[in-house]
Amino acid sequence: MDNLDWAFPSSAVEVKDLTLHYGPYEALKRVSLKAKAKELTALIGPSGCGKSTFLRSLNRMNDLIVGCKIEGQVLIGGVDIYAKKMDVSLLRKRVGMVFQKPNPFPMSIYDNIAFAPRTFGIRKKEELDAIVIASLRKASIFEEVKDRLRESALALSGGQQQRLCIARALAASPQILLLDEPTSALDPISTAKIEDLLAVLKSTVTIIIVTHNLQQAGRIADTTAFFLLGEIVESGTTEDLFRRPKDKRTENYITGRFG
Amino acid sequence: MSDLKAFRRSRNFFASLKITSMVALGLSLVALVSIVLFVLIRGTGNITFQLLFGRYGTSPSIWPAFLGTLLLIAVAVGAAAPIGIASAIFLSEYAERDFWLIRCLRIATETLAGIPSIVYGLFGYLVFVVACGWGYSLLGGGLTLAIMILPLIVRSTEESLLAVPMALREGSYALGAGKVRTIFAVVLPSASEGILTSLILAMGRVVSESAVLIMTVGMVVNIVPVSPLSAGTSLALDIYYFASFGYPEEASATAVVLLVFVLSLNLLAFLLARLFERKKGLHGQS
Amino acid sequence: MTEQRRFDREIGSALEKLTKMSYLAEEAIDQTMEALKTRDKALAQKVIEGDREIDRLDKEIEDQSFRILLLDQPVAGDFLRISSALKMITDLERIGDYAVDIAEEIVAFPEEPYIKEIIHLPLMGQYVIAMVHKAVRDFVNEDVASARTLDKDDDKVDALFLSIKIELIALIKQKQENADQAIIFMMIAKYLERIGDHAVNIGEWVDYSLTGTHSMS
Repeated sequence: MDNLDWAFPSSAVEVKDLTLHYGPYEALKRVSLKAKAKELTALIGPSGCGKSTFLRSLNRMNDLIVGCKIEGQVLIGGVDIYAKKMDVSLLRKRVGMVFQKPNPFPMSIYDNIAFAPRTFGIRKKEELDAIVIASLRKASIFEEVKDRLRESALALSGGQQQRLCIARALAASPQILLLDEPTSALDPISTAKIEDLLAVLKSTVTIIIVTHNLQQAGRIADTTAFFLLGEIVESGTTEDLFRRPKDKRTENYITGRFG
Repeated sequence: MSDLKAFRRSRNFFASLKITSMVALGLSLVALVSIVLFVLIRGTGNITFQLLFGRYGTSPSIWPAFLGTLLLIAVAVGAAAPIGIASAIFLSEYAERDFWLIRCLRIATETLAGIPSIVYGLFGYLVFVVACGWGYSLLGGGLTLAIMILPLIVRSTEESLLAVPMALREGSYALGAGKVRTIFAVVLPSASEGILTSLILAMGRVVSESAVLIMTVGMVVNIVPVSPLSAGTSLALDIYYFASFGYPEEASATAVVLLVFVLSLNLLAFLLARLFERKKGLHGQS
Repeated sequence: MTEQRRFDREIGSALEKLTKMSYLAEEAIDQTMEALKTRDKALAQKVIEGDREIDRLDKEIEDQSFRILLLDQPVAGDFLRISSALKMITDLERIGDYAVDIAEEIVAFPEEPYIKEIIHLPLMGQYVIAMVHKAVRDFVNEDVASARTLDKDDDKVDALFLSIKIELIALIKQKQENADQAIIFMMIAKYLERIGDHAVNIGEWVDYSLTGTHSMS
């Protein structure tokens, strides 16, 4: 971990013929996708069709799964993240992830946010304070928690915890943020708050989000890709995909006439 | 009509089951309370300052036993805890579930837990008293106890670690933390309550042991131990001594002390658990 | 799955009413042209009263479509069809109103023989009925190619309108008294020409419902 200022040349993501096996099972079949920098790309599709697996390939979280084999290329700003010299820690600093169920650490709100900066060597109180406050602001939760930063993160509501997890990921200064169905467990108001902050965030951070909620993709995604059985059937601007899908399978899925 | 009869019959069955289990609970409570009351009634009257803190001269004192017990706890937990916790970390965080070596290790740990304590005592005697040439010593007793409580610590620590949800580890990895930082900054703190509780219960086990100690520490009731290599005694051993050699009042009194000691340990475990619930927010971390 | 069938039934019902509304509009034009030819004031009156039914269907389809948009948030083909339906009923309703306008002229027509035998007006009427019929049929049959020919059909209607106008001007210049009837015929021709334009609009929405692009001529 020599150079903590290291960053990808750009936050554009290009995936070429990505194939992934869990043991004998082929979860992703030659998937190719381009996610433009500083835009929001949504991945839609039925459950179990590879969307989350694909997402986890973008920050090498699949490395944690025993028996997982990957072929193909994942390039971020032209850099192959599966190359031998890629520092996985730095990769995950620059490519953050928020999970479906909020998973705050059983620590104070402050310590949750400060976790990533501390991991990367930032110790001084003033620096940490600044990062914590900025991250909480970007996640639209600062006002709600500013008076209880030393209290446990577990005391927050579900929607607040999820925004906390977003703030925690932002504290690492990511160039790309991956979100796996971030609002599926939340009520409409929390969902709206998070969608609003993502809409603002995408001007500085490339966002890729897996969602089951087609209206959500409609609301905030610039580009949408439709996954089916481990492949991308179709992708394009959200408006084009929703108004005139080119593939019948896409139309069947988004109009709810599936299976 | 038969449906109604069947319903009535099953309802009566479950009602009687409820009564039966309540009675059983009552019996258990009565048994427990009787023992405690019996000890308290017989022993409390015999507690004197001399017995507790005096020098063992013509009248007995459990002060040597007190020190001995503390030393035993220090040695046993001090030796077993790091090894046990480290082993648990290995089993929970690093080991691949089905690797043959891991399964052997697990079988070994479980087997250790099943060995009768007198056998441990014999082992301790042969190794520490004889082979090491220490003679009877609190150190030897402590180390033997350490081996005895090791499986207990490994098992509960591993359970506490496994109880930490995978989601927390994933969260840590996704923030760029490596495995070591994840274990020490996230997993261990989350499991710390369970681990500490199990350590305290292990202490209780140490305090209750007698068979092992008879064969390793020498039951020297009247001399205050000066070093770990001294021979010594423990509270439990003193009860045996007093009861066998004609000091029944002192035996009862010591039993009260021991009981208070054990109850305090359990109370401590309970209070610590409460404290952790509240403290999780103030956990200053690095 | 019952949820989905309800949705399909909802859309199906809206589209059925649309077809019915267009049939009523065609019939109105047909009847009013018949009343013009046979000078049947009773028939013309029937057309005027029949417009109530067209207006009622307009409101029903509109309400139903809004509800579908609000509650079901349709996408792709479903969305295109419902939004097109919403736009088409506006044109159909105007067509109905123009048929009424013609009928009202017939009812108020002075009791004297026609200044000339009317040939071109009924012909225009035939053309525009055919256009309205084609537009809605193409919507139901999802026929984009056919819908795109409506523009050319309208050229024929516009040409007829021009020749009628020239004829009527000549008639007025011939005899001043002709002006009373000529003006009425001019207005009827104008109404028919507007019906043709609305039929073209419907065709454009048919195109939209199938391709997602709305081109306005």
